[in-house]
Order: sequence, then C-alpha cells, then structure tokens
Amino acid sequence: MLRICQGVLLSGVQVVLKIIKHYQEEGQGTEVVQGVLLGLVVEDRLEITNCFPFPQHTEDDADFDEVQYQMEMMRSLRHVNIDHLHVGWYQSTYYGSFVTRALLDSQFSYQHAIEESVVLIYDPIKTAQGSLSLKAYRLTPKLMEVCKEKDFSPEALKKGNITFEHMFEEVPIVIKNSHLINVLMWELEKKSAVADKHELLSLASSNHLGKNLQLLMDRVDEMSQDIVKYNTYMRNTSKQQQQKHQYQQRRQQENMQRQSRGEPPLPEEDLSKLFKPPQPPARMDSLLIAGQINTYCQNIKEFTAQNLGKLFMAQALQEYNN
Amino acid sequence: MATPTVPASAPPAAPAPAPASPTAPAPGSAPAAAPVLVPTAAPASSSDPAAAATATAAPGQPPTSAPAPAQTPAQSLPGPALPGHFPGGRVVRLHLVILASIVDSYERRNEGAAHVIGTLLGTVDKHSVEVTNCFSVPHNESEDEVAVDMEFAKNMYELHKKVSPNELIQGWYATGHDITEHSVLIHEYYSREAPNLIHLTVDTSLQNGRMSVKAYVSTLMGVSGRTMGVMFTPLTVKYAYYDTERIRVDLIMKTRFSPNRVIGLLSDLRQVGGVLARIEDALSTVLQYAEDVLSGKVSADNTVGCFLMSLVNQVPKIVPDDFETMLNSNINDLLMVTYLANLTQSQIALNEKLVNL
Repeated sequence: MLRICQGVLLSGVQVVLKIIKHYQEEGQGTEVVQGVLLGLVVEDRLEITNCFPFPQHTEDDADFDEVQYQMEMMRSLRHVNIDHLHVGWYQSTYYGSFVTRALLDSQFSYQHAIEESVVLIYDPIKTAQGSLSLKAYRLTPKLMEVCKEKDFSPEALKKGNITFEHMFEEVPIVIKNSHLINVLMWELEKKSAVADKHELLSLASSNHLGKNLQLLMDRVDEMSQDIVKYNTYMRNTSKQQQQKHQYQQRRQQENMQRQSRGEPPLPEEDLSKLFKPPQPPARMDSLLIAGQINTYCQNIKEFTAQNLGKLFMAQALQEYNN
Repeated sequence: MATPTVPASAPPAAPAPAPASPTAPAPGSAPAAAPVLVPTAAPASSSDPAAAATATAAPGQPPTSAPAPAQTPAQSLPGPALPGHFPGGRVVRLHLVILASIVDSYERRNEGAAHVIGTLLGTVDKHSVEVTNCFSVPHNESEDEVAVDMEFAKNMYELHKKVSPNELIQGWYATGHDITEHSVLIHEYYSREAPNLIHLTVDTSLQNGRMSVKAYVSTLMGVSGRTMGVMFTPLTVKYAYYDTERIRVDLIMKTRFSPNRVIGLLSDLRQVGGVLARIEDALSTVLQYAEDVLSGKVSADNTVGCFLMSLVNQVPKIVPDDFETMLNSNINDLLMVTYLANLTQSQIALNEKLVNL
C-alpha cells in the first residue's frame, strides 16, 4: 500500500533551531553537516518532531560506529518519550549543490526502508541572506524503481522515461507550534528586544550571485564534457555499424565468388565477436548533473526576482526624494 | 578568618573566596535578594560581611558570608566585575533551542509526572555562560525522594560530546515555577559531575499568567561546623541568538497569529513583501509619533528627533542621472542572468530529449 506523502509538518520549533545550531557550530565552509530526523506519519503528512545531529567523520576516530551511535541515541530518546521513529535525514548544503550521487544513494536506502522518508536540505547561506531556506525532497517513484534494479544503463532509464525533472520531488513544508510554545514566543517577544536585521533588503548581493553563477558554470562544463563523451559514443557506434555492414557485404561477395568457383562458402562468423560494441556512457551521472543545473537555475531565478523587486523599490524611494 | 574553608562537600561555593572589598559597591543592589527560596528554613537573605546592607542575617555568619557575597549581590547587575568562584559572571545566555526543547519535553512527559528535568550543556567564557544544548533525563519523584537516572544522563552526555566536543555540562533545568527540596538533592547529584552548576527553571504551569524563565546558582549558607544549607541565588538571563536563528525566530513568531498555529514557508518575493510590511509598520509608528508631537499631544524629545533626522537623511542623495544609470545597469545584469538561467534550463531539457531518442 503506497502512502503518498502530501506534505511535511515540522512540529516543534526545536527541529529547525537544532538544525541551524548544528550547522552554526560544526560546519564552516564547504563541509556538510548531517543528522537524523525523527517523527511519525500522520495520515498523509509526515510529522517531524525531533532530530539529532551526526558527528563528522574524523580520521582519528576510525573505529567510530555510526550505527551504534544512532541506536544509542534512539534508545535514550525513547526513555524520555521522544518519538524515535526514523523518518528521514537532513543535510546542509553549499549554495544549493546537493544533487550528488551520495545523496541519491542515501535517500534511496532511506526511502527503501521507510516509505515516506524525506531529506531536508538546509541552505545556511541563503538563510543568512534573510530568508529561511529549508526544502524537503523525496525520490520519485519512477526513480525508486530504477534504483531498485540498480541498473543505470541508458535503456533502463529510457524505459523509465526519467528526465532530470523527475528525479526529486519537492514536498511542501509547514511549521506548526503547540500552544505552550506559543506562550513561549509571547514571552520572548517581551524580553528579548533585539533589533531586527533586515538582511533581506540589502541591495549588495552581487557576491552571492557571482558565486552561484560560478558553480553553475562549473556544472555546465561538466555537462558539456559528458555530452562530448556521449557524442563520441554515438559516433563510434555508427562507425561500427558501418564497419559491420561492410564486413557483411564483403563476406557475401566472397561467398558468391566462392560459389561461382565451386568452393564451400566460408562460415558466417559471429559478428558480435569481431566488432565489440562500445560501452554506452553511464547516464546516471549526466542526469544528476542536469538535475543540479536545474536547481542552480531555480535558485538564481528566485534570487534575481527578489533583487529586481528591491531595485524597483529603491527607485521609488529616490523618485520620491527628488 | 574572613575566608573560611568551606567543607568540601559543597561544590560551587568552594573556591578562593573573594576578598571582601569588591563586594562593597555591590551591596547597593543587594536589597533585591528576595525571590530566592531556601529549602532550609534559614532566612532567605544574602549575608554580607563588609557592608551588611540588607542583611537580616546576622553578621555572625562569617563563614558562609565570604563565599556568599561574591555571588549574591549583583543579581540585577550583569556585571563581570566580580572575581571569584563563579567564573561565568552573572549572566546566563540562553539559546532559543533550549527553551523550545524544554517545553517540548514537558509536553511529552510521562503520565503523572508533574515536571521534567534535564541537563544543560554549553560553554563558558569570561563574561557569561552560554547554554547551547540540552537533553532531558527521566526521573521519578515522590513525596520523600527523588530518583534521577544518572546513568542515562552520562550516556547522553557522551553521545552529545561526540558531536560537539566543546560542550560541557553547565547545569540542569526543571520545569515548575519554584525551587523545592528536591531541587537541592538533584543539584547535589549534578554537582558530582561538574562544578559551578546553573539551575534553570521554566515555569510551564504559567503561574502569574506568564512563563517565566529564571536561572540560579547555588551557594552555601549556614553556620560553619554544622549542617550547611544551600541557597539558590538568581542570575540574569539573556537570550542569545545566532544570526540565522534570528531569522527563523521571526518566521516562527508569525505562527502566533495564525488560527491553527500553522505557517508555511514563503517563497521568494513574498518574503521581501513580508519584511517590507514590517518596515511599513515601523514607519507608521514613527509617523504617528511625529504627528502627535506636532499636534502637541506628546512632548518632543530631542534624542528621538535626532534619530528621526538621521533616518530621513539616510536615503542617499544621488544625482538623478547617475542613479538612473546605476539602476539600469543593475537591472540589466539581473535580467541577463535570468535569461541565461532560462537558456540553460531549456538547453538541458533539449539535451534530455535528444539523448532519449
């Protein structure tokens, strides 16, 4: 019975805060920080109620057992009545570059085990810019099938009719608070009068945009390399076809000649042994790259939309001033 | 003999008792010693040897007074100016995560449990103690006794240390609005783990219609040579945020206003709209104030006037032509980038189609 997850409910301020805190403390630079999401499934929504972080892989901790850490955590949490059902995992990302093979594999193993699991991607840099960037993704059922077969050849992918748009589907996130937390919020409102920081309205955004574009260009380069590989493959195949054809024709001619001379015809040799077909390039990687490029483009478009709005505002302010 | 040797059993008050002099300026604020509850029936006041300002406790308590004054006076002063045993000074900086976690674990408590307790983790720097993480610990409480699962606490602490090795045990928390005898016992349990503990109470039962958050440090009091009692002295609590946390908090605060406490994450332009709305509110308040002053309802305040002046002057005065060029070039940049992004997307879509032929 397939339960399709319609949305993700983050109940508990603390999930989000913990994720943010974890990134703040652990991950600086391009490292990713990861952790586990706990919660339960309610009808068609996935409710996430708690989370805990995963320690980084350090070289001097070679015998560190991840599984054991997880089991211990979950056991302990059960004691204090925290939902200990694994429902997904989260990861931080650097400028939105998260569509990688590793992610795919992890998410696949999660989703295979638990039908509705999601991966929460938290983008700290975008959040620092002023808007919280937290997205939940799952693999589409089609991709799940393909992964199950472990068959990433082009034929299988074509059969599944998978395009890069159909790899991940985004699940809408909703945040819900309990009453007591609401009370807490009201308290804090009174007590902590910290000045608002309007990062979002800052017009100086070219740095961010530049970095995004840089990453996009890198990916496009990879993509073009991939395309070149694919082209060579196509060319090789067609050349090989020609060669096969020629060989066959020659054979036939020879056979006719021999027949006319009365000699036994040469045996038909196995063509496939003579002409080994070239290896088709792995399609999965290019799919991933395409997906990544797509994400970058989306991000950039969002960003530019915001900036345009801000610029028009600045213009209005100036006009009024003059 | 102003500096007695405090019996080793009591943790926080042990270290080098501060010389009596620095406490001299502090006692001025000592009158605020009130809200401290003491399990032992001794008078709940801060005793102060040097200047027995409010001390209803007789100066005949020199043994405890030496450790005590360094801690008790400056409750209202977030002053790092105090030397001595509590290296963190008077301020506890709490992150929002802690409160959210505490409330959450309170909501999930076992049937029949009146409140929950747990450990606080964090770091100390010279001005304050920063509490950044916490986890709850199961415990059983009955009329006479309290059982805390310390094994569990230790295990959890080890696990947490693996992720963030900088965090040390800073104290413990309890829900409920007062300090009880059990607190002392629990405090003692914890003091075996770490020195200088902080005790945090979060009033989830909403006494006085508010959820108050208070922090305490324990000190000894009593007469030396006899049983020592423990007194909890309050500390100032401040809230600390990381920048990214602040943005989150703003978003979450919005859930207060929606009927079923639900809020979705906004998409790009709407976020800008949201922030703008807030600025609009702020501006209208300012305008209202200005009008009030003009119509004489409110007396004019010079400092506010200065601020308003600088506010208005912050819109930069640029020659219109220059501004036009700047604006246009920026818009051009953005449009070009959008165009390129769209182009790239259509390119890869096309590529897909071709490859799948």
